[in-house]
Amino acid sequence: MDNKKQCWGGLLSLLVASASYADFDIGGKAEFEMTAYTDEGQFVGQHYQYNTSIALEPELYWSWNERSDSVIFKPFLRGDQQDSERSHGDIRELAWIHVGEQWEFRTGIRKVFWGVTEFVHLVDIINQTDVVDSFDGEEKLGQPMFNVSRVTNWGIVDAFVLAGFRERTFPGKDGRLRSGLVVDADRAIYESSDKKQHIDVALRWSHSLDVFDVGVYWFDGTRREPILQPAIVNGDLRLLPYYPQVTQSGLDLQATIESWLWKLEAIYQTSNTDDYWASQAGFEYTFYGINNSAMDLGVLFEYGWDQRGKAAASLSQNDIYTGARLTLNDTADSTLLLGIGYDRDFYTRTLFVEASRRLSDHWTIALEAFFIEPSNHQDAVAALQKDDRLQIVLERFF
Amino acid sequence: MPPINVKCILTIAAYSVLLALGVSAMAQAQTAEEKGLTIAAEAKRRDIGWGDSQSTLNMILRNSAGQESARDIRTQTLEVQGDGDKSLNIFDFPLDVKGTAFLSFSHPLVADDQWLYLPALKRVKRIASRNKSGPFMGSEFAYEDLSSFEVEKYTYKYLREEACDGGTCFVVEQYPVDQYSGYTRRIAWIDTSEYRYWKTEFYDRRDSLLKTLTVNGYKQYLDKYWRATGMKMVNHQTKKETELLWKNYRFQTGLSEDDFNQNSLKRAK
Repeated sequence: MDNKKQCWGGLLSLLVASASYADFDIGGKAEFEMTAYTDEGQFVGQHYQYNTSIALEPELYWSWNERSDSVIFKPFLRGDQQDSERSHGDIRELAWIHVGEQWEFRTGIRKVFWGVTEFVHLVDIINQTDVVDSFDGEEKLGQPMFNVSRVTNWGIVDAFVLAGFRERTFPGKDGRLRSGLVVDADRAIYESSDKKQHIDVALRWSHSLDVFDVGVYWFDGTRREPILQPAIVNGDLRLLPYYPQVTQSGLDLQATIESWLWKLEAIYQTSNTDDYWASQAGFEYTFYGINNSAMDLGVLFEYGWDQRGKAAASLSQNDIYTGARLTLNDTADSTLLLGIGYDRDFYTRTLFVEASRRLSDHWTIALEAFFIEPSNHQDAVAALQKDDRLQIVLERFF
Repeated sequence: MPPINVKCILTIAAYSVLLALGVSAMAQAQTAEEKGLTIAAEAKRRDIGWGDSQSTLNMILRNSAGQESARDIRTQTLEVQGDGDKSLNIFDFPLDVKGTAFLSFSHPLVADDQWLYLPALKRVKRIASRNKSGPFMGSEFAYEDLSSFEVEKYTYKYLREEACDGGTCFVVEQYPVDQYSGYTRRIAWIDTSEYRYWKTEFYDRRDSLLKTLTVNGYKQYLDKYWRATGMKMVNHQTKKETELLWKNYRFQTGLSEDDFNQNSLKRAK
């Protein structure tokens, strides 16, 4: 007992000592989410219209050697009223970053984003999507990696060794926003015999040249998006995720010309099952200072295409997206984004609204609404037709 | 000692007189436009060679009802000879934008290159710099009010000399060259001894007085370069105002080009 106390005391003083030696900063946020669905869900387990959820994401940051070395730790925890699968934790980030003379080394669990388009993030591949946390695919799980980066006159080169695969999260039986069959994420199947231990690699070059920002990469490893295969488990029909091995090349390009942002994302993926091209391309044009006010209005248009057509697992295989982004440029940073999607193969229409503003120095509020109108039950998103919803998210920053 | 060539001396003397006459004639004939340009060029000339600087900036935004909100920003700036400066701004407060960082390569005549790093998404966004006249963080300062001063960004007209907070000031009218500027003109009060800006009036696209900037608390660094500690921008049309307090100015801190790229933007914090 005394030994234990001494040990803890020693550890504590070590922490205090290291904290006083290094620059230390603690912050983070708590999130309160309330969702109201227009209907009860259409599947067993979904007979509710309201859901409440709380999430906590602290952030601890140490830096030393005049910030040439830093460690970030960002755990995440969510508790959900209805869906036990959505009550989950993750280490979003736990990484050491060292900046050398020419090289930058980043080791640990991290998040990396690639891409330029707004409606679909096609080329973004390093991190697994935390689907259960956020339906729009914007939330990602932390990825263990070793990444070395070098800035040269001809661009930035990044090499990644990705050790340890993160399985995609899915809503459980009591979760909304899922297909009729529940995904049994615990029974994932892998093409590689190394399963989750398969080591993925990626290499990326990116550069800013005049009005162009360009990135090109090559990735080899376990595909982040599984193929969902129906199977009988304990007498229940479920979906089992199957993760194939793929090689993917990707391109992201943006041309920033006066009020125009021209955007292109494209990938070519090869695997044992299929080889295909896909792209997401479009523009954003902004009217600045509309009506002699401080407000800006952006108009967005994007088109998503997938060579596999209707058979594509992707939801953006022949889809048109239009949107409008209103930025008030006020002290509360108020913004409003309205988006409309139209599937030219299945004629499904989707509408979403995202509005947010700052309430005080510590609080922000966001309002999100999502409506879907499927017209063809072959479209995978038809399963969501009873999931029209309105969501309020309050965030407290500390 | 070489032999004295009288002819040569006479020739030199004659040319010298001609040259002196010519220069003074030119000085007298200097138009208001030329004099305005000369003052701007001198102000810029006196601010060359500082290398790099770092500072912290507190902004206080005040609406017409007197309600305040605060912004804290750390800035790093690199002087670029022959081009506009490079700067990296890191936002510390309000907390919901903490970690957001803004990288800008300014250019005298073509559009600036600007990138915004959004830490929640880990995303670097190249943003259109066409938006010069837009408010910076909801304040009364537009992006163009905060970008580095380059002589080529304006044409000039000297108006008069008069007393100001800095002693005696040149009063110079400045006309933005960029068609996307939010102003038709600015009137600047620049002191005659150290060429520091003490007051600037901004006229909107309809040429009515929009804002007045007053500057105070100049401090000299490296025995040469003057930097203000306080700035106050008052918007006469909305009655809103923004105060800037610059602190912890440090010069020649060892920043280089390597500190102004997308990698440094992502790790800015």
